[in-house]
Amino acid sequence: MKFTARVWKAGDNINTDLILPNKAFYLTVEEQPSYVFSANRPGWSSQVQKGDILIGGHNFGMGSSRPAARSLKNLGLSCLVAHSINGLFFRNCVNFAFPALECPGIAEAFEEGDVAEIEFEAGRVRNVTRGTELQAKPLPPKLLALVMAGGIYPLLEKEGLIAPKA
Amino acid sequence: MGMTIAEKILAAKGGQKTVKPGDVVTVEVDTVILFDNNFMPNNWRDIRKVRDAGRIVVVFDHRVPAPTQQAAAGQRTGREFVRRFGIKRFHDVGREQGISHQLVADYGYAVPGSVLVCSDSHTCSAGVFNCLARGVGGPDIIYAAIKGETWFRCGETVRYELTGKLPQAVTAKDAFLHIAGVHGDHATMNVEYGGPGLASLTINARKTMTTMSAELSAEFATFEADDALLEWVSARNPQPLQPVRPDADARYFAVRTIELDTLEPLVALPDSVVKNSQPVGVVAGTAIDQAYIGSCANGTLDDLELAARVVQGKRVAPGVRFIVTPASQTVYRDASRLGIVQTLLDAGAVIAPPTCGACGGGHMGVLGPEEVCITSTTRNFKGRMGDPSSKVYMGSPATVAASALAGRITDPREFLNP
Repeated sequence: MKFTARVWKAGDNINTDLILPNKAFYLTVEEQPSYVFSANRPGWSSQVQKGDILIGGHNFGMGSSRPAARSLKNLGLSCLVAHSINGLFFRNCVNFAFPALECPGIAEAFEEGDVAEIEFEAGRVRNVTRGTELQAKPLPPKLLALVMAGGIYPLLEKEGLIAPKA
Repeated sequence: MGMTIAEKILAAKGGQKTVKPGDVVTVEVDTVILFDNNFMPNNWRDIRKVRDAGRIVVVFDHRVPAPTQQAAAGQRTGREFVRRFGIKRFHDVGREQGISHQLVADYGYAVPGSVLVCSDSHTCSAGVFNCLARGVGGPDIIYAAIKGETWFRCGETVRYELTGKLPQAVTAKDAFLHIAGVHGDHATMNVEYGGPGLASLTINARKTMTTMSAELSAEFATFEADDALLEWVSARNPQPLQPVRPDADARYFAVRTIELDTLEPLVALPDSVVKNSQPVGVVAGTAIDQAYIGSCANGTLDDLELAARVVQGKRVAPGVRFIVTPASQTVYRDASRLGIVQTLLDAGAVIAPPTCGACGGGHMGVLGPEEVCITSTTRNFKGRMGDPSSKVYMGSPATVAASALAGRITDPREFLNP
């Protein structure tokens, strides 16, 4: 998978409650993405274009197990690249097949609005605007396969182990 | 090369000789806990078979008793799941209900060396029992229930060597806030707690530290086993126990000593737990609207007893809502039997039923615009307990109780020192 798009930047220690606030808890999966960052960056979710890339800092996604990664994916973002990603949040990225990479130094390498080109499997990250390149940590093969398969639910559906999506 | 506690359990449960940082390991899961949020209409996917119903525990804790129709619908789905698969360990609203991580302690669901998963981030709480426990995603839980296994990525391990004994009115919460304040997050890494200081910490106190380790973004948090721990588990679970000790030549990312004697009451300032701790004196005097004791981190009998000692014979300040939420019905019953509930009620506390409740902004004490709360719960993120403009300070149950009396953030040593 290769993504080329403009980037948005989030800071360090972005937590799950900012991505999927309690206010949106009972809403449908389709309604939840509009609440992403509503507390810290009101109005942002409506500016995101399909395919945009999110750049995070240190410890992205700290906090809860809520399906916050699902909201980022459904918001239309193609990919997350962060300096480091909370382990639980990372699991949810894999679970819901939202491509996410850890790439030390990424936050300093991009200004918001720059264009990034990301080769996901190889973990190559290029700042097209500035002509610089970074190497992210590629996903281990097992987890890459899970992302490519569309995440856990499609896998279990295919085996008839869970009911198809209503 | 030797292994840390987490690495040893990963290796044993993954059927491998060794495991090192960077490895992704597929492991057998001993215990899978599902809770009410899993069954919510926007999360649940109907499971057609499970690997072993005996390994599944179902708990209703986040939104109980159901505050909304959606929560009620989710719990109905959960009850049907329990019936269909004949799940025996089911903690519905009633005598055996509680917050899942407290029930793990109450009922001995975690034994040394075992693997336990639940899709609540504070599942690392159970690491106090010298096992591998962690929060995973909702889909992970469905996968683990069906397949009996899951994957873990092994990270580096930071070891905290505890020495000495906490001073009067200083708690494990303060010890944790010290670690979080000084060292910040531990994203992608495990934390391991051990050392001679363990002897002075109750299991409940240690559990505060493993529970709060979710806030460090730790992958796994584990305590070394000692006699107190083995007694706790064997009093509740007849399984033979095999403690897991780190190898003498285990490789750590860092080993850090925490001198418990040197610690003081700390408060995490609003919006972040890590890198945000201050001595209580720095914010003392800040007026509060609400004081909250509860959650999987600090809703134990020890915590309620400590709060009762602070408020004994005194009254909560006018205009302050003091909400106390025992972490389980067992804790609630014990606190009632010991007179702790009476003391808290006499002081003006409101006792809520065991639930995650307002800790996650769910119900039973949600905050309004601009309100200020001091809490002993797990998180103080912006908007976590209610309106995004509310402010949540975090401290120990002693600090919360003292603040409830004064109506402003207060050093608990004023109330507890002889």
